[in-house]
Amino acid sequence: MLEDKDRIFKNLYNDFGVDATSSKNRGDWLDTKVLISKGREWIINEIKSSELRGRGGAGFPTGLKWSFAPKEVGSRPHYLVINADESEPGTCKDRDILRFEPHKLIEGCLIAAYAVQAHVCYIYIRGEYFNEGQILQEALNQAYKNKLIGKNSCDSGWDLDIFIHYGAGAYICGEETALLESLEGNKGQPRLKPPFPALVGLYGCPTIVNNVETIAVVPTILRKGSKWFTSIGKPKNTGTKIFCISGNVNHPCNVEEEMGISLKDLIETHAGGVIGGWDNLQAVIPGGSSMPLLPKNICETIKMDFDSLVENKSGLGTAGIVVINKDQDIIKCMARIARFYKHESCGQCTPCREGSGWMWRMLERMAKGEASREEVDMLMDVTKQIEGHTICAFGEGSAWPVQGLLRHFKKELIKRNNFNPLIKKNKNVPYLIDQHLLEEDNVKS
Amino acid sequence: MLKVKVNDTEIEVEDGLTVLQACEQAGAEIPRFCYHEKLSIAGNCRMCLVEMEKSPKPIASCAMPVTNGMNIKTNTPIVEKARKGVMEFLLANHPLDCPVCDQGGECDLQDQSMFYGIDKSRYKENKRYVPEKYMGPLIKTQMTRCIHCTRCIRFAEEIAGIEELGAIGRGEDMQITTYLEKSMQSELSANVIDLCPVGALTSKPYVFEARPWELKKTETIDVMDAIGSNIRVDTYGWEVKRVLPRINEEINEEWISDKTRYSCDGLKKQRIDTPLVKENNIYKKLEWEKALNIIAEKIKKTLPEKIAGLTGDLTNMETLFIVKEFFEKTIKSKNLDCRAENTYVNTEDRKNYIFNTQLNKIEESDLILLIGTNPRFEGTILNLRILKAYRKNKTKIYSFGDIGELTYPYEVIENKTDIIKKIIEEKHDLSEIIKNSKKPIIILGQSVLKIKSSKYIFNELKRFLEKNDKINNDWQSLNILSNNASTVGAYDLDLINPDNSENFTLKSIKNNEFDIIFLFGQDNLKFIKKNEFIIYVGSHGDRGAELADLVLPGSAYTEQDGYFTNLEGKIQKAYKASYPPGEAKEDWSIVNELANLIKRKKLFNDKNELNESMIKYLESKKIKIAGNSIKNEFLSEEILVEDIDYYYSNVISRASTTMTQCRNEKLNLKKNGTEG
Repeated sequence: MLEDKDRIFKNLYNDFGVDATSSKNRGDWLDTKVLISKGREWIINEIKSSELRGRGGAGFPTGLKWSFAPKEVGSRPHYLVINADESEPGTCKDRDILRFEPHKLIEGCLIAAYAVQAHVCYIYIRGEYFNEGQILQEALNQAYKNKLIGKNSCDSGWDLDIFIHYGAGAYICGEETALLESLEGNKGQPRLKPPFPALVGLYGCPTIVNNVETIAVVPTILRKGSKWFTSIGKPKNTGTKIFCISGNVNHPCNVEEEMGISLKDLIETHAGGVIGGWDNLQAVIPGGSSMPLLPKNICETIKMDFDSLVENKSGLGTAGIVVINKDQDIIKCMARIARFYKHESCGQCTPCREGSGWMWRMLERMAKGEASREEVDMLMDVTKQIEGHTICAFGEGSAWPVQGLLRHFKKELIKRNNFNPLIKKNKNVPYLIDQHLLEEDNVKS
Repeated sequence: MLKVKVNDTEIEVEDGLTVLQACEQAGAEIPRFCYHEKLSIAGNCRMCLVEMEKSPKPIASCAMPVTNGMNIKTNTPIVEKARKGVMEFLLANHPLDCPVCDQGGECDLQDQSMFYGIDKSRYKENKRYVPEKYMGPLIKTQMTRCIHCTRCIRFAEEIAGIEELGAIGRGEDMQITTYLEKSMQSELSANVIDLCPVGALTSKPYVFEARPWELKKTETIDVMDAIGSNIRVDTYGWEVKRVLPRINEEINEEWISDKTRYSCDGLKKQRIDTPLVKENNIYKKLEWEKALNIIAEKIKKTLPEKIAGLTGDLTNMETLFIVKEFFEKTIKSKNLDCRAENTYVNTEDRKNYIFNTQLNKIEESDLILLIGTNPRFEGTILNLRILKAYRKNKTKIYSFGDIGELTYPYEVIENKTDIIKKIIEEKHDLSEIIKNSKKPIIILGQSVLKIKSSKYIFNELKRFLEKNDKINNDWQSLNILSNNASTVGAYDLDLINPDNSENFTLKSIKNNEFDIIFLFGQDNLKFIKKNEFIIYVGSHGDRGAELADLVLPGSAYTEQDGYFTNLEGKIQKAYKASYPPGEAKEDWSIVNELANLIKRKKLFNDKNELNESMIKYLESKKIKIAGNSIKNEFLSEEILVEDIDYYYSNVISRASTTMTQCRNEKLNLKKNGTEG
């Protein structure tokens, strides 16, 4: 359990006020100048040794990412882009940072911008977060007024301008390259990698894209030291993390906890337990809708950090925990998620464009029990054909939840979709046999 | 050079290649849909996935740059599985209506699904339907077949330079469209049909006409403009069904203009298929013998000085040469010219009438000056190269007079000859700009060569450029943009008056000084006819035939072998793809027979002899010494770029229904003011 003194986001529930003064009282903007005066190397090394991993879903080491930016500014300026396009279903951590702790984010922006030598920072907020964007804008105005950012920010000698850009409501714009495309005014479609944004990003310039939470924790890490940060959590999965617990729990909430806390603890202590009691738990999606679900037996023991979840063939993602109890039809739930991904696919590359719709349609039929038994295996095949074959990680994001369902609830699926097709495969007619799909047992028989 | 391993064979490849290109070099074929050499990389079809060592996922080979020591595998089970998967997805929502699809037989999706696909469908849902889009009279759409490779979008944006196509919607609902459902404005629009790997965009005039395997393919040269685009003519029987581009990196890369592609239906209409004679303003059919006899009689009765001839804009060089021989040897008349207008040309040096900066070097240029020309309509392929230069080097482009949308931005200079004079006399800002430019290009169009001070402009401009070392062995900056396929060939064969400054033949024709006028495919003559006996030899009943008293049926460019010299001076041969209709004959043989009738001796025994002596003539041509002593008169005038009726610029396109439709489409747009 995280102690109150170790909490980074003290105002996560808006108990102390949002404005600059109350933020300062909580410790923000205290010695920003000192932090910056310690130099780029120190900041990046400190973040590296804190083992901070990106909070946006992929968990890429932040310090490493920053060190990819060119050491010297060439003919093209560097940019810092903050990804506040929080669209993952089940996730709402960035929202509370934006509206209750905006100064943490702004201070983080200044330090990160200094570290990657950017004079301009864009905050890409999803269009639905209009009110949060207004609060952030108000905080920005205050920061400008108090000379915390702008020319010679915090007296540190570093100039920084921060601009807010509202998205237009596409999930895919949370993908960093699609976000950059959208920011440039183009259709939000992910770019091909390589080149990575750290070298060729916004307007072809070196760009570092970070999640809101990642940036917002940076000042506190630097202040309290990387040692403090690594003392929380587990090795390589250090520090605190905001978990968003929603679904069939008694008190859905956002809570900051240490990494590696057990899922059961999290649900029982902070979210008031599963509706109908722990035994009524069916499954949990541990990291936002794009992560494979975990059945109850795994939920009993699972620790919430990147590596433990990967071991169990899921992922921490954005730490948006969606609890599904036994009152829900799990296949219907997954069909709904598949529909979301079908709707949000950008349509650029083939497997995701065609596959996400296919999966959704199959799942809808499976939820009604209208699919044949063979189709259950075929569904797995389809997810495998999407996974890893796409430009961005959306392919995985759409395939994994379905794979999770197939992995843990295959019995359920088969029970419901039990009929055999009218026309059976006649193995005695070689003319019809697909040479490519000739399975071994077919050859034998 | 980089060392790469492809399927365990080590090869060395150049820097800057993609994995796909490296694999091709190693002999491993990679299937692809969205990748195209001439377009930017989209990497969205995912068909080209290959396995790379140290990469957990298969990589898109079209987008991945080669690095040293890469180990690529294209024949592993993972790759096979990936290809099959992508293929299945592509076919999932594809209608599979190949029997009624015009792309059938030359469809990338069809071919590749044969090689890499699964032969059974597992997709049991309803297939997607996408509404048809209107893209003008040339492109037929069947968007349900679209596989969203975005080649057409990239072509419109990058090559044609007119951003007319785009994708709306996302995911499954993504649709390629012109959005406002208007016809495409580009003169290169129909190239998207070739680019489309499936049958989503097919040719509207060619719809349900033939299957590719039924057609006879003839590789030949286009004559719709002076570019000399390399084309392939597909014929079914004697009928020309369609025209497709052939790759020639030096000339047309792999694009052709809509006029080149779609004028071919004009070859079936308005054809002259029998000799005709005008009696009381009515044309009567006539036998060849009688027709030739009438001409022979007339010629015998007439003084040679009273006989004149004009050759046309689509005439091949063999015909030009035999006409020249006919006039010199048989009739002994000097009144032969290839110009129907008073165009200035100085044939002392070949460089005075060709496009010296070769087409493929335009993209190296850093300054382009357009004088009296609209390259978009006069040389569509050339315009594409200018756009390429602009995209590549941010080339500064100036034009005398506002000539409308050119697909790239240009600065307008007042269209006065005074400005040119100032430039030459170094009193204008542009003189410095030209001097400072490393690779300037000055393009003189036909419009500027028709004005009174054309001689001054050309010669003084040349002198100015030579003085500033802008015309040298490395870079030729002064260019003439010819409009017609036969122009440069005719100049090479000296089909002009000895004193080249003025077109005396034309002047005399206009003064009605001749008794007999031969029009060899010449349809642009504008004069008031009095008592002349006019003989028209040509393929189509158009303006020239209307003037004539006697019409002899000739052949079009697809119906006879013939050489054409393009605007850069490249000589290329057009091959016979089909046969002239009815009693029509090849042009050269008509002249030959006529000569035989008059002098009892053929000019040439056969086509080979004609070819050989023509080549000999061209080779023996000596460069005449430039006579700069003639005073170049200067007049202050306006340079007006002639409004070219793009879709109606020659007899074939005027006879073509498709071209008429295109023209109407443009005119209608002009009427309701939504143009531009």
